[in-house]
Amino acid sequence: MSEALALNLLLFLPVIGGVLLLALPERRADLVRGLAMVVLLAQLALAAWLYLRFQAGVPGLQFETRLPWIPAWGVHYHIALDGLNLLLVLLTAFLGPIVVAGAFTSITKDVKLFHGMVMFIQFTMLGTFLAQDLFLFYVFWEAMLIPMFLMIGIWGGERRIYATLKFFLYTAFGSILMLAAIIYLAHTVLSADGTPSFAFADLYELGLGVQVQTLLLAAFALSFAIKVPMVPLHTWLPDAHVEAPTAGSVILAGVLLKMGTYGFLKLGFPLFPDAALLATPLIMTLAVISIIYGAGLALVQDDIKKIIAYSSVSHLGYVMLGLVTYNLLGVQGAIIQMVSHGLVAGGLFLMVGMIYERCHSRDLADYGGLAKLLPAYSVFFMILTLAAIGLPTTSGFTGEFLVLLGAFHSAWPQFEQGVSYPLVLASLAVLGIVLGALYMLRLARRLLFGEARAPVAGLRDLSLREMGILGVLVLAVFYIGLFPNDFLQKTEQAAMEYQERILAARDGEVER
Amino acid sequence: MNGLLTLLVLLPLAGFLVNGLLGRRLGPVFVNVVGVGLPLAAFGVAVWAWRILEAGGGEPLIETVFTWALVGEHVFEVSFYLDRLSAVMALIVTGVGALIHIYSIGYMKGDESYARYFAYLNLFLFFMLLLVLGRSLLVLFVGWEGVGLASYLLIGFWFQDVDKARAGRKAFITNRVGDAGFLLGMFLIFTAVGTLEMDQINEAFAGGLIPVGIATAAGILLFIGATGKSAQIPLHVWLPDAMAGPTPVSALIHAATMVTAGVYLVARMSGVYLEAPAASTLIAVIGLLTAFLAATIALVQTDIKKVLAYSTISQLGFMFLALGVGAYAVAVFHLFTHAFFKAALFLGAGSVIHALNGEQDIRRMGGLSRRIPWTSGTFLVATAAIAGLPPLAGFFSKDEILWFALASGQGGAFWLWLLGSVTAFLTALYMFRLYWLVFLGRSRMAPEVAEHVHESPWPMTSVLVVLAVFSVIAGWFALPQYLAPLLPAPDLRFDWPILHWALIVFAVLVAVAGLVAAGVLYGNGGRRAEAIERRFARLYRVLAGKYYVDEIYERLLQRPWLWISDRVFLRLGDRILLDGSLHGLAALARRGAEVLARVQTGSLHWYAWMTLLGLVAVLIWMWRYV
Amino acid sequence: MDDTTFLLALSGMLFALGLVGVIVRRNLLVMLMFLELMLNGVILSLVVFTQMLGAEAGAVLVFLVFVVAAAEIAIAVPILLLLVRTGRTLDPGAYAGLKG
Repeated sequence: MSEALALNLLLFLPVIGGVLLLALPERRADLVRGLAMVVLLAQLALAAWLYLRFQAGVPGLQFETRLPWIPAWGVHYHIALDGLNLLLVLLTAFLGPIVVAGAFTSITKDVKLFHGMVMFIQFTMLGTFLAQDLFLFYVFWEAMLIPMFLMIGIWGGERRIYATLKFFLYTAFGSILMLAAIIYLAHTVLSADGTPSFAFADLYELGLGVQVQTLLLAAFALSFAIKVPMVPLHTWLPDAHVEAPTAGSVILAGVLLKMGTYGFLKLGFPLFPDAALLATPLIMTLAVISIIYGAGLALVQDDIKKIIAYSSVSHLGYVMLGLVTYNLLGVQGAIIQMVSHGLVAGGLFLMVGMIYERCHSRDLADYGGLAKLLPAYSVFFMILTLAAIGLPTTSGFTGEFLVLLGAFHSAWPQFEQGVSYPLVLASLAVLGIVLGALYMLRLARRLLFGEARAPVAGLRDLSLREMGILGVLVLAVFYIGLFPNDFLQKTEQAAMEYQERILAARDGEVER
Repeated sequence: MNGLLTLLVLLPLAGFLVNGLLGRRLGPVFVNVVGVGLPLAAFGVAVWAWRILEAGGGEPLIETVFTWALVGEHVFEVSFYLDRLSAVMALIVTGVGALIHIYSIGYMKGDESYARYFAYLNLFLFFMLLLVLGRSLLVLFVGWEGVGLASYLLIGFWFQDVDKARAGRKAFITNRVGDAGFLLGMFLIFTAVGTLEMDQINEAFAGGLIPVGIATAAGILLFIGATGKSAQIPLHVWLPDAMAGPTPVSALIHAATMVTAGVYLVARMSGVYLEAPAASTLIAVIGLLTAFLAATIALVQTDIKKVLAYSTISQLGFMFLALGVGAYAVAVFHLFTHAFFKAALFLGAGSVIHALNGEQDIRRMGGLSRRIPWTSGTFLVATAAIAGLPPLAGFFSKDEILWFALASGQGGAFWLWLLGSVTAFLTALYMFRLYWLVFLGRSRMAPEVAEHVHESPWPMTSVLVVLAVFSVIAGWFALPQYLAPLLPAPDLRFDWPILHWALIVFAVLVAVAGLVAAGVLYGNGGRRAEAIERRFARLYRVLAGKYYVDEIYERLLQRPWLWISDRVFLRLGDRILLDGSLHGLAALARRGAEVLARVQTGSLHWYAWMTLLGLVAVLIWMWRYV
Repeated sequence: MDDTTFLLALSGMLFALGLVGVIVRRNLLVMLMFLELMLNGVILSLVVFTQMLGAEAGAVLVFLVFVVAAAEIAIAVPILLLLVRTGRTLDPGAYAGLKG
């Protein structure tokens, strides 16, 4: 089987799975779950195979498929892997089976529809990552909203309507501005040489004026920044997380948030390098504010899910910081941090879901001393907590270390030239690791330590299924913490191209 | 032999994994075999590696294990490095570590989380070995944070007690503050030198190509990391609370090994500090101040472990004083001797606590020397050693420190020596006070406790004896000379042997004075001490309150941060500004829609009128503009 | 005043008459008739313009509008009948509640 074909299969497997699901009777929930599991496992296998086949150090796209879709507008169905999306595709495929396995007992309402939605989300997320054509990207980007909206709206908690509306309005608002920018871009490419094109590769070569770039970047950035989310556009996230079912939270934290950072990495900054350089101080500041603000908010929450939701704001601040260092260390660190956060936050949300299933409470005040009651649960929770803190040997450390090192590395030469704000921001970001420990250890202490108590007596510890899910996640966390080099090698070329694209603009600036 | 260092590091890790995963099911005997056997094996391997090192004439052994990350031209390797400095450290860590593991068999007997305890202890050894054997700052940092984790887990070992869990968290957070400084220092060095391999960093700085400013900044930042791990002012607050952990843990982690990591770091990075006199001075001053202030606090503590904890902080201060005046090898020498006598003291304290069934307050002890003779005897030896009585271990190392504090050409000064000597006097005083209150005089124990006093089982006493023996002889190893090729002694401002001898005599007199003062104050039922206490009640309260540093931190850092998070970020930022404006917009839209909806009355005539009006407006507009 | 102008003025007057009728009368049936008057005014203008420009498409359009108008009446009158059957009055004010 050729790799390009496999990539298409990878993308469309969830669609096939969804159609097959339709054929199953509603009452046979076990069959539905089994089928979904098989399909997503097959997808994971494909993704892993493609990851192994992916050539490190080869410039440009790999395993490309490019078919005309709307020839009159120059729209193509164009998907491919490159270093930037490779790990995220792998992460998406990895979390798919975990989401389904995690929902084995928690979802009992509309089982078929639920798994259909999971398939739908899987399809749109992979599509967004794989798309190499702006039109296609936008279609997937928007389509992603629908299943997520339904998932929170149907299987969510009490205030789900408020949460879904907020989530939808925020993201839709960003998308509309992005659409306007895309129309403008398409229009410009048309008038430039007569052959319309939405291909990323063509758009990279556009060479727009700085002012136009700034406006367009602002439109794109708003959409991406809402998705990340960066302070001050983050308030939809805690609400969405709190109301979403566990599976929704895992998908949201695990993959969906990375759409924003991936958007910056793949589109926002490289498409408009001059504007990106101009906006760097702003974005860097907002990134550091996100780190600190998120950490502060996580400290004063009593809802376990909100704590983790705000920790996401903080952790994705590191990603954004890494992206605007424009050096290899920072960018590579940002990519690793994205994957790491997907695993760790996804895992933590799964664990919150597991305890919620048993006790029906997310209030910290109800808990204490779970380490006594649920030893296995506590071990896993502790490991994920430490990974969130960024303790060495876990994936969190790899990401944060490289990001911070990159930030410092790019800040110091500027400091020597008399520009001190990047150094101050980088130092503040380093202090963020203290704040991170503060709220995560508070969570661990209140939940796991102290007098043993829980809202419900007679808790049972993790089942084999749950241990299997968490075990796989924890292994991945340690693997990235201990042996990140394989990942780094595969992404290095793309990170280098990203860096060069933006630095070329800076050099151009100097010449002008 | 290749792979030896890797084996050394991996042995305790294997112990952690086996005991952590299977220990509960396999029973205490199995846990003992794994949990104690592997550290002993590690000690054997460490000795072996040390002999290979010596056979090679001190040429460092380097083992590259794997490439952690390769980013552009930057290589981050996991590799181990054994020279005489790391060999000494590895021997202390595995040697004292193994002894304390043996002791723990007796101390932790019957604890329901026996396997977990040994798993954590092995995990600590693993990270500590990473720390001392790592070749690059990165590996060192991994170990550095790892021992912090082990410390966190062990302080909060009895996690049902909220205070203990909280003490663990405090230790972790305080250390993290230091770690942030460490990270920044590491980044700065990486940016300046382009590598994290410590031998290459030292060479680069020694080459004189790096500006003094960078060396100073890097030195201070790394030292901030060291103040966290080694409990120096201003980050010393966690160590006394860390005594919440099991006593062998206090001995191993919070006295003998982990807290000395900061000393090791500075000694290891001596190349940087030699280029940064300002940073060195800072270290000397902070170290001395810490030594002095901690000693004053130790004078009035009533918890046996807290006295020892402040004593540890004080002794670490002495080590930093030595580092600050360029006497790196001497600092390591004191680290070496301190490891033995402080471990002996802590384990002795553990034995006392064990004998008294958990009692830690020295006001409810006394007269124990006849009831638990082995403990008492070894405790006395260790006390004499820390007080600096010749020819015990502490005498040699402390004397060297004081000598260099005065005579070093790299920042030695009279006042450093003077305050150091005062602190040495205080050390003798508070240690003999402790001995007096615990072992001599009349018994102040509760009768039901006094009935059950018993000497500890042999795994505990035998370890005490071994450590006591080392507390005697450890000073006889000429460690500074052994390390001299690596860490040469600083130039002297004046090389007068007579002065040196005079100082030695003076130091002995100071120690004896401390002993006598303790005898005078606390002999005879401690009435004189109480009189002094009443006379200086206010000073006493300040000391007993530990200078109120904890309270100040809470007021200045903890509460404001919580206040900002709660009031500014959550209430003002998220609720009022962000969600508020969002809800405001939503409300505006709804209000507007309500107003517009009024137009729709349902009356056909009204509609017709509106149509007419619209028509007229369009016509006027067309007439005006088209 | 030539024919075209006269016819256009007539169509305008028809339309205005219809509009006034719709506005002032309070009988649904009469209003419907005035509505037809307005429509006829518009159609008249359409015919005039078609004549002026000589465009055949206009003539087709006129027939189309006739058909639509017929269809409209065919639907409107039954609705009206149903309304009257329930409301027993032809006053549109009585049906304001229909706005929803």
